[in-house]
Amino acid sequence: MNAPVTPIRTEAENALVAAFGAARPGLAGGEAVAQRRDEALAAFMRSGLPHRRVEAWHYTDLRAALREVLVLAEPPSAATIEDVRRSLDARAPRLFAAEALRLVMVDGVYVPDLSDSAKIPAGVVVRTLADALAKGDAPALAALPEGALGSDDAALALNAAFMNGGLVIDVAAGTRVDRPLELVSIASAVRPQSFFARSLVRLGSGATLTLIETHVAVGGMAVQKNDALIFDLAERAEIEHVATFSSTAVDAIHVSTLLAQLGERARLNSFALVTGAGLLRRQGFLRFEGVHAKASLAGVNLLRGRQHADTTLVVHHVAPHCESREFFRHILDGAATGVFQGKVVVAPGAQKTDGVMKSQAILLSEDATMNNKPELEIFADDVVCGHGATCGELDADQVFYVQSRGLPRPEAEALLLEAFAAAAIDRVESVPLRDMLLGRVQAWLAERSC
Amino acid sequence: MLEIINLHVSVGDKKILEGLSLAVAAGEVAAIMGPNGAGKSTLSYVIAGRSGYEVTAGEVRLDGEDILAMSPDQRAARGLFLAFQYPLEIPGVTTMTFLKAALNAQRKSRGEPELTTPEFARRVRAAAERLDIKQEMLRRPLNVGFSGGEKKRMEVLQMALLEPKFTILDETDSGLDIDALRIVAEGVNSLRTPERGFLVITHYQRLLDYIVPDTVHVLSQGRIVKSGGPDLAHELERTGYRDFVADAA
Repeated sequence: MNAPVTPIRTEAENALVAAFGAARPGLAGGEAVAQRRDEALAAFMRSGLPHRRVEAWHYTDLRAALREVLVLAEPPSAATIEDVRRSLDARAPRLFAAEALRLVMVDGVYVPDLSDSAKIPAGVVVRTLADALAKGDAPALAALPEGALGSDDAALALNAAFMNGGLVIDVAAGTRVDRPLELVSIASAVRPQSFFARSLVRLGSGATLTLIETHVAVGGMAVQKNDALIFDLAERAEIEHVATFSSTAVDAIHVSTLLAQLGERARLNSFALVTGAGLLRRQGFLRFEGVHAKASLAGVNLLRGRQHADTTLVVHHVAPHCESREFFRHILDGAATGVFQGKVVVAPGAQKTDGVMKSQAILLSEDATMNNKPELEIFADDVVCGHGATCGELDADQVFYVQSRGLPRPEAEALLLEAFAAAAIDRVESVPLRDMLLGRVQAWLAERSC
Repeated sequence: MLEIINLHVSVGDKKILEGLSLAVAAGEVAAIMGPNGAGKSTLSYVIAGRSGYEVTAGEVRLDGEDILAMSPDQRAARGLFLAFQYPLEIPGVTTMTFLKAALNAQRKSRGEPELTTPEFARRVRAAAERLDIKQEMLRRPLNVGFSGGEKKRMEVLQMALLEPKFTILDETDSGLDIDALRIVAEGVNSLRTPERGFLVITHYQRLLDYIVPDTVHVLSQGRIVKSGGPDLAHELERTGYRDFVADAA
């Protein structure tokens, strides 16, 4: 259980409250939105920054890590945009032979000039979050965290208070979007700064979409980033989601939240690859609202140095006959820290729920740490739920076997590690995306060998 | 070709090999037989370079070169091959991918060009056919879910592709039925040339009916206690190892 929280605020907490006061008049949306923002800030103030005595944040003490709050990012200037443009293709290479449509956000702010905004296909509407909020988009407002999904999370409350950048993407019922959409979130190197962005992706019934989420940074500048991505999937809607995180800044702090609600027979296939992080907290809150929906949450975390990556997932089975799969593989080198927390909650009446969680780690160094915590909360009696967590070294006998066939040790290890990661990547349906992810894993392993 | 000179090996405080000497010439098939716990597998692992064994004295030479200081892959590149008693499962790596990685790694270290994919595929198909290995198995992760016999055949397939100069077969007969045993033995026999050497480690004489050795050595309590021709294997089948264990004790 969570211990009582100290009422004394840290310097960083005070700075956040002050920053909100200063930023509030300029944040998007009318009075109704402002009221929601105030409520969110009040919720944040009640709990403060999450710390190790908050169970869901036990292994990622954000309060201890966030000593100094960086200045809120200004909208990117023309010079900043040019600077980003020069390195964009190198940092976020065009995918699918440029088939993927790129929507680029710099410091959280959508930049149409860097994006394929003119090529958005019929049936898809892309707006900025600021636009949607200003026009009083009722469904966009409804997706703000007043319901159960992540509503007790202080970091998400901060996102709700400060959110300004981000996109609202609507896919009309029955639309099958052929070309993948790629949301590129790039942190500029203007100054060490913070930003808050929120994107909402709504799929009408029977709509399908491949959404790629790419997080990159220009240079190794410190950044504090708090973003949220919300999936609202109507009945029979299907989304394949692939996110990549590759921060090179050791002092980057990134909280990235995925919220998803699935209607009847909806499908969510989500995958995340982390090849670099300062402190990264990925949290997912998912709710099955209609029967016979399926979700797969998978990922590979590759960490070295003092990198820290936390994957915390809460899956609520509210409707019966739904299936959830969580499958994560972690490779930790140096003094890196990995965290996996998975909680599957089966509500009374969510009979025939089928939920499986798996998190497996290979530690390449004695200084690396993995924290695995799967949890099940089951209030229905006719369900199949399971979990497994393992943590170990590379198998010495396997390494010897491969070496005995002629592969030098680094190559033998890379072969085994790549296969270990590939088992999670196999969850991605798109073959070109699988190839892209595998290529990044190989590149990470090659850096290790040199 | 392979010379083992006064080899002493310990694992922790336990002495496993105590002054083992053995020479196998090019073109020779030497069999090592011995009771359980005699040190047969230790010998094969030490020659192949597995860690965890302490060589306290002695040498192992391949073509005159001391290989004990070499890594397992360096030994492999010099033409040494160990067919494992218990081949490892390699999840996530298809047999085809593994074979290609192994073959190309060895070619690379010898300064030879990599094989083209069609040439590689042709060689694998031909070898697999001879060993009665179905194409479908080549697309599965190496040894994962394979039966004992399939794993042993896969070892021989690797040997056939890598064309080693010197091969150690560690209890390759264990877990094989008669048909599989014949197929595996044919695979080995087809590689017998005046240039290649083999060390066949086995508990039973049965394998030696199919892979007929030139010399037979009895390993007991860490040493070669008797050497002879193929007849020695038949003699052992009749009398068992008791005499040698008693002699050494």
